[in-house]
Amino acid sequence: MKLLTLNFLTCARKTCKTNPAAFPLHPREAELEQIEAEINPLLIQNLLPRINWEVLKTISQELGLPSLPESAPDSEDFMTEEGEPTQTLKDLHTLLMEMNVQNGKLVCGSCEHEYAIKEGIANFLLPSHMV
Amino acid sequence: MEYLIRFVQQHETFRKPEVEALAELLKIKFRWVSYSDDTPFAIIDFEDTENPTKAARDLVSRSILVSKMYELWGRGTDFDSLHADIRNRTEHIWPDYQASTFRFEFDSYHGTHPNDEKWRLIESFSYMKFTGRIVMSRPENQFIVFEDYKLDAPKPHNVFFGREVAEGGRKAMNKYNVKKRHYIATTSMDAELSLVTANMALSAPGTIAYDPFMGTGSFPVSCAHFGAAVFGSDLDGRSIRGKKGRNVASNFKQYGTSDLYLGGVTADLTNSPICSGRFLDAIVCDPPYGVREGLKVLGHVKEKLQQEVILSNGVPAHLQSDYVPPKKPYSFVRMLDDILDFSAIRLVDGGRLCMWMPVAGAKEDPEATPEGLEEPAKEEPEAEEYAIPQHPALALVAESKQHFNKWSRRLITYRRLQDSEISQEALTAYGMQRLELQASNQTGETTRANDLNDFRKKYFEGFKNP
Repeated sequence: MKLLTLNFLTCARKTCKTNPAAFPLHPREAELEQIEAEINPLLIQNLLPRINWEVLKTISQELGLPSLPESAPDSEDFMTEEGEPTQTLKDLHTLLMEMNVQNGKLVCGSCEHEYAIKEGIANFLLPSHMV
Repeated sequence: MEYLIRFVQQHETFRKPEVEALAELLKIKFRWVSYSDDTPFAIIDFEDTENPTKAARDLVSRSILVSKMYELWGRGTDFDSLHADIRNRTEHIWPDYQASTFRFEFDSYHGTHPNDEKWRLIESFSYMKFTGRIVMSRPENQFIVFEDYKLDAPKPHNVFFGREVAEGGRKAMNKYNVKKRHYIATTSMDAELSLVTANMALSAPGTIAYDPFMGTGSFPVSCAHFGAAVFGSDLDGRSIRGKKGRNVASNFKQYGTSDLYLGGVTADLTNSPICSGRFLDAIVCDPPYGVREGLKVLGHVKEKLQQEVILSNGVPAHLQSDYVPPKKPYSFVRMLDDILDFSAIRLVDGGRLCMWMPVAGAKEDPEATPEGLEEPAKEEPEAEEYAIPQHPALALVAESKQHFNKWSRRLITYRRLQDSEISQEALTAYGMQRLELQASNQTGETTRANDLNDFRKKYFEGFKNP
């Protein structure tokens, strides 16, 4: 599961939907693997406005990854004048598209329910009393 | 100049919506000059286009149901009127083609000619004075005589003449053929309709698509073929995980699109972990019909099992590592509602929901009954028609049908409206109805079906009569 996906996942419990503490889910005991991927400037440019930068900073920090700039970069800074990807874009690409969470847990900050990640697949099924 | 689209003569009701979807994606403006589900030949005209040849190429290059695209040099109801029309439309451009290598071919729908007659017909075009060399393989210009016959008719009722300018995208079907795919299951959608669905969803580089019932990933791999980043979920994690190295991820690897596969999660649509922001460009799905795969959601029908279960050793059951949460059956119609509401909350403006749904029974269109045949004495069982689900925030774009022997399924495509286009009254009414339904479900199981139908009826009417 690419790290980008964590920006779109929250607690599955209905009772947590209104609690801001339920998002983002907090990775614990996460095993990360970097898998090389071709850079996709258009995708990152389109997705950047749909990503909460504060949330991404939190996720990145909790995973022990290099800290991100204070505020979200401007997509105008993604390409050099020669049309080459800038370091800003490359860093974002590595973080969002190359970092994969292979095993570990995602923990809800509101109800503290733990969702297991195995072989890159997170399990969000809930027992009956939480549905 | 007008253009002739040579469609394949199958999945007829998908053809027009597919071309229109590609035009929307590429911002190409055109109008249909003629189109009918009964013929593979359609004519279009581009509007406000500086380079129509390029527009023609772009429009069909990834279309699955277009075989080829041609400049329309002439049309008629017989060869005399065709020749007259060709002179009219193209006499001024003949000199540009007179020296090039070329080839003539026939494309007769529902009809044939013996070879000597073909020769005679081709000779009848000699007034254009093409003096270039005739070559069979890779000529500079390929001209086609199209004939459209009614079934068993001695003569065509429409004839066209065109020059080939572009090929459709049907080659992708071979690459995505499920027979060659490493990981499939009984309900994997065939390559042709998966790719058509991906086109309907406006899949393109820079977009992100989600499939809430991904199974073995037929739709996500198809969307990724056109450059979209994709992720998905399924209630059954085993279908994502697969076995012995064959799984959804390995399918992406096979097609060289792993970079676009963001991941798959085990999840239930009714208790979904997907954030509720407006961040998805497309949602594509073929929800479980409850035939080959159970239509289920999380929960338990027995009340005492809706409480936390504690094992004899005092540990809650759900904390065991091998715990499998219970599931209960769910109403199909209710599921469709949930998909629409889920999509309305998460699609960007203009984003599309492409959803398949089955229709039981084999109700044919009235005009499909062959003339002269007596109506069967026994009435065919009425198709169990579900009305098309509606949502105030989603506009219906297209409805396409695939017929099987005893049932059919349709692909329903919606577009997320901009907030300013949505009737706030209808949206409030819709929200109230959903809340009421959910509340009634909490109180008891027996009343559920009726409440469901009442709700269904109301929202199928679009909440016009509160």
